[in-house]
Amino acid sequence: MTPEQASTRISERFGTAQIDGESPIVVTLPPDAWFPFAQFAKDELGCRYFSFLTAVDWKDLGLEVVVKIDNVDNNLSLLVKTRLGPDVSSCPSLTPLYRGANWMEREAYDMFGITFEGHPDLRRILLTDDWEGHPLLKSYAVDTPHPPYR
Amino acid sequence: MSPAATPARVELDYAGSERLTMNMGPQHPSAHGVFRAVLTLEGETVIDVEAVIGYLHRCHEKLAETLTYAQYPSIASKTDYVAAMTSEFAYVRAAETIGKIEVPKRAEYLRVLVSELQRVASHLLWLGTWCMDMGGALGGGATIFLYTIRERELILDLFESLVGARLLYGFFQVGGVRYDLPDGWATACRETVDVLEGRISEYERMLEDNPFFMARAEGVGVISRELAEEVGISGPLLRGSGVAYDLRRADPYSAYADFDFRVPVESSGDCLARYRVRMVEFRESLKIVRQVLDTLPEGPVSSRPGLKSVAQTRIPQGEAYARIEGPRGEVGCYLIADGKAKPYRMKWRGASFSNLAVLPHIIPGHKVSDVVAIMGSVDPVFGEVDR
Repeated sequence: MTPEQASTRISERFGTAQIDGESPIVVTLPPDAWFPFAQFAKDELGCRYFSFLTAVDWKDLGLEVVVKIDNVDNNLSLLVKTRLGPDVSSCPSLTPLYRGANWMEREAYDMFGITFEGHPDLRRILLTDDWEGHPLLKSYAVDTPHPPYR
Repeated sequence: MSPAATPARVELDYAGSERLTMNMGPQHPSAHGVFRAVLTLEGETVIDVEAVIGYLHRCHEKLAETLTYAQYPSIASKTDYVAAMTSEFAYVRAAETIGKIEVPKRAEYLRVLVSELQRVASHLLWLGTWCMDMGGALGGGATIFLYTIRERELILDLFESLVGARLLYGFFQVGGVRYDLPDGWATACRETVDVLEGRISEYERMLEDNPFFMARAEGVGVISRELAEEVGISGPLLRGSGVAYDLRRADPYSAYADFDFRVPVESSGDCLARYRVRMVEFRESLKIVRQVLDTLPEGPVSSRPGLKSVAQTRIPQGEAYARIEGPRGEVGCYLIADGKAKPYRMKWRGASFSNLAVLPHIIPGHKVSDVVAIMGSVDPVFGEVDR
């Protein structure tokens, strides 16, 4: 499947998706299409390879979740994004589809405080359990002291 | 045993009533760093494993937001410190993609050259430590470790005469590389490559003629193709599970399209398959090094050389995901620039993070001693897992 064919199939299926570029194909979706799209990409576009999941804090515009999934046989790459909206920190989990999402979503929870609905074991992964705050949020300043103090 | 036939978890019929929880790490020698595995045992058999990471977390991603595009590459080398060259590569490539910055051909060739030498150095450290973990079965255990460390020194000597540092380099800069080859370096490099080639055959004979080594590696820690893709493991692990996916071939970056090399693939998915893939990669990397030295073009080594030190870089608004094939697999840098001197956001996709995430899926059902063999075959570097 060429990137053009994949883009066509995506736009046929997900009318609300905004599609950009070829390598990777950047797909921007509303949060309610997040899980259905991943299911479609895995089953119908053959994107079974889970590369990474992360988030971006766009300050007043809210958080954005980004995931990259690949089809390693056809060398097709998708970079899928969704804006959660201002003051929203909940997103559907992709762990039921991709086992690799487990740790990556735990990291996004740890760093951004995003709650992944449907994640089997959502807790901090890199920081300690008693850590306060989520360091990759833009409101978490590097130069102000943050508890816990040890 | 075919990878597809391996169940994710083996249910055991154990007559005794006691289950033992054993804490392995975070200071366990076979962890090659700080990794804690909480094992639940029935007798000698592991039935559950909880992986605890984060002991080496420095929040590189926050740090990258506070450093300029010229400053961060030398810090990037501290993610995967066993393969510092390839870590720097991912970051500068992301910045160059956003800024559409040209890189001279000689610089691209030098990047390939050091990346392949780095792959050999990294695999040497992996082979030595892995075999040492598996202990007494291998002729005293530390024998091969001392051999591989001896050979790795040869490569570190080359890096030292090129950059001035032996572990963390700061060789890559946006727009090229920092230094050109010093006089006599190419000759010294050729000699080293010849020595290494002979030694690798020596290791192979040492190990593969040893029935204990084969027993500990064959059929142990099988990763099926399906699991491999879903978890997103990469590098020799993925190719050991039957997926012919090497970014140098699948998505040729830098000057890799100019060189002739083979991508080894094994289908059995066990520790032995991962070992075999890496043993072929040794030779293929040395082959690439020779080709680079034979065809190295003349010209500048950077499109933006600094007058005194490194030139400041301003990257326009935009974003890019750059990935390279490091010794442990796909090292990726997702960079978002907002037009200022420092990036708005950087995500580091460490190959070891995803590779390590496969452990809880494959360890259950194995004996405790196999945990050590499996962990070593994954070759995690915790600087890159925890970032």
